[in-house]
Amino acid sequence: MKKLHIILLILIAVSIAVLISFTNTTSTYDTVDTAKEKPGKFVHLMARLDKSAPIEYDALNNPNYLSFTAIDSLGASVKVIYHSAKPDNLEMSEKLVLKGKYKEGNFECEEIQTKCPSKYKEAEAQGKTHPGTIADPRMSTPTN
Amino acid sequence: MSYTGEHLIYGQLGNIFIVLSLVAAGVATFSFARATRPQEPTDQAAWLRLGRMAFITQSIAVFAIFGLLVYLLQQHLFEYHYAWKHSSRSLEFKYLLAAIWEGQEGSFLLWMTCHSILGLVLLRGQSEWRSPVMSVLSMAQFALTTMITGLYILGWKMGSNPFLLLRDSGVLDNAPALHMNFDVSQPLRPDYLNSIKDGNDLNPLLQNYWMVIHPPVLFMGFASTIIPFAYAIAGLWKKKYGGWAGEALPWALFSTAVLGVGIMMGGMWAYESLSFGGYWAWDPVENASLVPWMIGVAGLHTLLIYKATQHSLRATYLFFMLGFLFILYSTFLTRSGILGETSVHAFTDLGMNWQLLAFVAVFTLPSLGWLAMRYRQIPSPQKEEEISSREFWMFIGALLFFLSALVIIGQTSLPVFNKIFGTNLAPPEDVEFSYNSIQIYVAIIIALLTALTQYFKYRQTDSAYFWKKMLMPLLITFVLFALYAWLVGVDYDRKGPVFEGSIWLAVLLSIYALVANIFYIWIGANGQLKNAGGSIAHVGFAMVLLGIFVSSSNKEIISNNIDGIPAPLAEGENPRENLTLVQGMPVNMANYTLTYEGDSAHPKKQLWYYKIRFTNKNGSDSFLLTPNAFVNYKGNEGLMANPDARHYWSHDIFTYITSIPNPENTADTSRFTPFVRKSGDTLFYSKGTLEVQPLRIRDSVPEEVFGKDGKLYEVPINIQAATGTAYQLTLRAAQAKGQWIPLPDTLTAEGMIVQLQRVLPDGSVELGIKESDALLKYVTLKAYKYPFIKLLWYGVWLTAIGLLISMARRIRLHRARATSA
Repeated sequence: MKKLHIILLILIAVSIAVLISFTNTTSTYDTVDTAKEKPGKFVHLMARLDKSAPIEYDALNNPNYLSFTAIDSLGASVKVIYHSAKPDNLEMSEKLVLKGKYKEGNFECEEIQTKCPSKYKEAEAQGKTHPGTIADPRMSTPTN
Repeated sequence: MSYTGEHLIYGQLGNIFIVLSLVAAGVATFSFARATRPQEPTDQAAWLRLGRMAFITQSIAVFAIFGLLVYLLQQHLFEYHYAWKHSSRSLEFKYLLAAIWEGQEGSFLLWMTCHSILGLVLLRGQSEWRSPVMSVLSMAQFALTTMITGLYILGWKMGSNPFLLLRDSGVLDNAPALHMNFDVSQPLRPDYLNSIKDGNDLNPLLQNYWMVIHPPVLFMGFASTIIPFAYAIAGLWKKKYGGWAGEALPWALFSTAVLGVGIMMGGMWAYESLSFGGYWAWDPVENASLVPWMIGVAGLHTLLIYKATQHSLRATYLFFMLGFLFILYSTFLTRSGILGETSVHAFTDLGMNWQLLAFVAVFTLPSLGWLAMRYRQIPSPQKEEEISSREFWMFIGALLFFLSALVIIGQTSLPVFNKIFGTNLAPPEDVEFSYNSIQIYVAIIIALLTALTQYFKYRQTDSAYFWKKMLMPLLITFVLFALYAWLVGVDYDRKGPVFEGSIWLAVLLSIYALVANIFYIWIGANGQLKNAGGSIAHVGFAMVLLGIFVSSSNKEIISNNIDGIPAPLAEGENPRENLTLVQGMPVNMANYTLTYEGDSAHPKKQLWYYKIRFTNKNGSDSFLLTPNAFVNYKGNEGLMANPDARHYWSHDIFTYITSIPNPENTADTSRFTPFVRKSGDTLFYSKGTLEVQPLRIRDSVPEEVFGKDGKLYEVPINIQAATGTAYQLTLRAAQAKGQWIPLPDTLTAEGMIVQLQRVLPDGSVELGIKESDALLKYVTLKAYKYPFIKLLWYGVWLTAIGLLISMARRIRLHRARATSA
């Protein structure tokens, strides 16, 4: 066997080992209930903003504290705490990917990914609307 | 039914050119394939001529489609969906091209345009490899053209047509006002176009010069990977396995240079103009273009080995083929929408996933199958490489690069695995670290090999020679490293001592690679730069590595919120990275005092510039940064921030806006709260205290204004804010014609309005206080310090220059050999 073949085998073995160990570090996509079942474990919580609950963010007092309530597709909700600036499109978002841990009754979020496709794209995808019906000043609504 | 105001001719022309391009690419593929067969020279010449004409026709058609699309956007022909969706009347001319390649159709078109240009260059001159290479390229053109046809074939939609009319796109279908009798089941009104006044515009984040220059370079890089691939296929086809090496080498160098620059331009864009806080985040979209580059670099090195020693040809085949196939896989990953939650890049699913998959399969399966069939026939010397030979270590480096690329794409493909195996795995907690913790070891070994390998000779190396040449570079490396450790160091203990130690090692070896390759310009090429392309590229690459390690390990978040934070940081909590600045109020941050001086608006767009003054605490330096943000821009609700940076030779100071007051909440609705106090009393407000001074009365006031018995009362107030700032105000109120007229005083920095409401008979005063955020103009921002980031940028350029010098040299050598043969 050639030296290079031995090295090749070793490197491939290392690559596979690395990829397998990577799958052990992965986290999971969770709902509120399943996230609550594993407190302290890092998860991706898929939810949306509960618009009926207050959003607490006062940049003057503390720009690094945001709290709001997230509700998942099954209707379960949890209070989310995020120690950074409020994503500006939070209220507009359709869907939130909250990366963090459930801890002592709250979801301690480390990163928020807001999914808000521009409303045109959204509307277009649903085939529901058109420029004339969107309340936007630059789109003139037909008058007659 | 005809509609007024439409310009249908351009779309019809466009569709004719699309069909023409499709047919011509098909004819070119077939003709060049026929020309590849062994046959009578006259037949071959005829097929070649036909192929050549077909490819030129195809190229003209592609350029025409591109030109028509530019025209639609430039003329604001909103009857076309593409123009409506990607541009607007206010879009500046300079962003017109950016708008074209914003969409999927336009970016496919850009790719095809690059292929056409490369194909026209390949058509020049004579070579036995021309017909098979052009056949492969034409086939790719054919496949790409299907992506923009928009034809329905047996109920399958093939591609997405850039000349789709707005009224056919479905967006108008549910707009009663645009239909006859306000009924959506009726046809559109003939004058519907009068109601479409403006387009959707280019995404404001993309209204940036980087969006104009980055995609063409990147797509030229993507497009160029097909050429090494095509030469490899041509080798299998003609069963002349190594004959193409000399001709393909300059193309491999070109591809590596252009794709590398394209990728890093994306990094520069992310760093300079997007608020990602860095140039590289191991985002799937970034990885998808990095991986083919890495595989291409591996192929480039094995090809060099083959040219010098006849070794590694089989590996070269594999690498060049996979380099292009991974471009196709990337296309699938980034355009199919499969990445979903794992990427910040928003790509919409055009419903073309099966077509994209077929595109990948139609190139992958036959080419890899063919390689497997012919693998044994590809020559490979029996004699083993010496351990002291250059080819041995070059091969190790190439192999490591290749495997590291596979690991990266494996990690990136998590959503694909989820799809195939029905699992539910999400990316790990620290995505960047999951890559960094592996790739740093790859980088360490690669840096070492980059430093050493050129000092080995092909075949075998005399160890006395090796050490004699190596002595000086080693010595200088240790001196520089000692200087570095003393002056800069590594400040990264977040991931434990092992990782920090690895960074130190990586820095040392990057310096070593840098020094050794600078020396090699003289040792190997006698200082003649035109022959030292390889060393120059390696110097650049070493600078890239060094720039990455030094800037990332010493990156500082300087907006750490320490002052005025009510809740103390608990142990182990992340540092708070956002800082709020109230207009006019200086705040300390790291070595700077920051003041938000005000803002100004763009004359035409909802784009705001925030003026932030940075003053160094020792007074040596003061400058203004103006990060900007689109606020609720054209239906894209919220804030889209672009950073601003101050560049120094040694570091960048970098800031961007993370939050501003919500304009909806700034309506001033609060009321004055009354407080009754005597002179000398104090009174609390939310952020400090007010101390009431003795009242003064002025009664010599003009009677015609104040009436009889009119008086003016004045009460000085001392305000002590919790932040330590003290203010003095004199509040005034008039008693005129039996009425109390308070004169409110605004203290913007404290978010407070105070007034003297009235004076009671016992001499005590009633103060009214109103506290409201609405008074305050403030911004919340993040700021970073990035040291030595310039090493990275200059390194990228130097790598590319080195590769291009090398390319020029290889073309010269190849021509010289061709004429002498």
